[in-house]
Amino acid sequence: MTDIAAPAVMPSRPAWQIKVPYALLSLLMLLLIWQFGTMIFKTPPYLLPSPVDIGFKIVKDWKLLLLHSGVTTFEIVTGFIISVLIGLPLAILVTYSPMFDKAIYPLIVGSQTIPKVALAPLMLAWLGFGYAPKILITALVAFFPIVINSVVGLRSAPPQMLHLARSMGASSWQIFFRFRLPQALPNIFAGMKLAVVLAVIGAIVAEFVGADAGLGYVIITAGSSFDIPRQFAAIVVLSVIGMAFFWLASWIERISLPWHVSIRQTHH
Amino acid sequence: MSSLRITEDAAPSQSTLRGWFKRSSNPACGAVLNRAGAVSQSDYVSIHKDYISIRGTSKSFVGRNAVVHALSEVDLDIADGEFVSVIGPSGCGKSTLLMLLAGLEPASSGTMRVGNKNVDGPTPDLGIVFQQDVLLEWRTALQNVLLQAEIRGQDKTAATARAKELLAMVGLQNFLDAYPYELSGGMRQRVSICRALLHAPPLLLMDEPFGALDALTRDQLQIDLLRLWSKQKMTVMFITHSISEAVFLSDRIVVMSSRPGRIEEIIKIDLPRPRRLSMRETPEFLAYMQKVTAVFKTLGVLRDEEGDDE
Repeated sequence: MTDIAAPAVMPSRPAWQIKVPYALLSLLMLLLIWQFGTMIFKTPPYLLPSPVDIGFKIVKDWKLLLLHSGVTTFEIVTGFIISVLIGLPLAILVTYSPMFDKAIYPLIVGSQTIPKVALAPLMLAWLGFGYAPKILITALVAFFPIVINSVVGLRSAPPQMLHLARSMGASSWQIFFRFRLPQALPNIFAGMKLAVVLAVIGAIVAEFVGADAGLGYVIITAGSSFDIPRQFAAIVVLSVIGMAFFWLASWIERISLPWHVSIRQTHH
Repeated sequence: MSSLRITEDAAPSQSTLRGWFKRSSNPACGAVLNRAGAVSQSDYVSIHKDYISIRGTSKSFVGRNAVVHALSEVDLDIADGEFVSVIGPSGCGKSTLLMLLAGLEPASSGTMRVGNKNVDGPTPDLGIVFQQDVLLEWRTALQNVLLQAEIRGQDKTAATARAKELLAMVGLQNFLDAYPYELSGGMRQRVSICRALLHAPPLLLMDEPFGALDALTRDQLQIDLLRLWSKQKMTVMFITHSISEAVFLSDRIVVMSSRPGRIEEIIKIDLPRPRRLSMRETPEFLAYMQKVTAVFKTLGVLRDEEGDDE
């Protein structure tokens, strides 16, 4: 009596496969405008190098760029991992403990009014020139969006879902792992995607303040010797690293949350 | 419509034998209504007249300015296998009553018993369906139903077979692997009903389960629910806003009024089973609807004239 046809699941490509070619096309357009602009107005390369100049510079400097990219990437990854390791448990504590929510959460939010960049010289003074201050600043910058988004996510389970869980006789442990955490994952991933981009900024800012390695260091030293093409080369490599991390986070999100509204396949 | 017919073993019990008043006088029909895993029916009947007993149950909340009496001194007995609807205006405490019975909220006073166990924490062995289906978006229809077995630590193979059977009973056999977002509102609510029934609970609590659905889907789900009920032989407490829904489904209707929430009247519905949609046009059906409407009119919940409010 209930005659319902089988679901019409149409084979279709994920949204990103449709979006990426368009994005690449518009990027190419911008590069072309830039290229022809520098050719027409004959801007000197030490002020504004053309995309082709920058490309050649990257090829020429690849050894140096690779070396310093490694340093910066290490700082980003370590800082990000630390921010997740601290941010996620903190978010769980804030969600589960009313005491923690009242006593600590406002401090975490309030601390965000302090520009972390302003803390960088202080960290340098305390922790010296090595990796430690860079990783610390990266973690400090990345940690906030993770905490805030995770708290929002962990609180997003509807009350009726929790009633249902309790009526099934679920333990607190089961309620967390089977209901609250999966429900929070979309927000946690949103926080991580934001955090990974901020981590790149954190690492570079820390390198600006005082470093003897890393892409931030390359940008500063190239600037002081008016090597503008090298500065651009480092910026390009840096943005590629940033995009790569963002894509990596999005990819993990896509395979972990195929059900979520932001990931669902687009039908057409 | 053959699927609407009551299954063979339940057939002799028909509508009157299901009735709450016959239970104590005729233990034989108690045996008919017995279900696997429950306390032996004949023992149990000699101890308790009714499957559910609610005595002097009250619930008050401390509101912003004053104490809110959500429920005041409610007495209610529900027989094993009975389908009871609770109807009343918003704020009459009908949902509160359900939460108390499920043991998800503590009562302020009074006692409640389900089976032979007093309610003093989440009542084990019941199914619950809310107005929102609260399906887990990251699980397929089948996995959502199986959640019940996973949490209760039941055997996976047997549970899977039963889940498939239940989903087929509500016409979802082709949607086992569909994610909730691929399902319509009515299909989602069907899945949530199957989830509530997976462990064959003796008691099913439903809080306005069809309130968010369109009229046609609602009709279909009422029929689906009655079919499941006749096959499972469980007790159902059904909260609703709809008078016709209550009359169509129930053995008895509990009419409640608000501020404070209390039971105003209990109306027994003596319509034959299995019930069919066409029954809703019969004079008997309409008479029952008028009876419920009349209670609300005397309570002032329903008014014919305009401007009575001011």
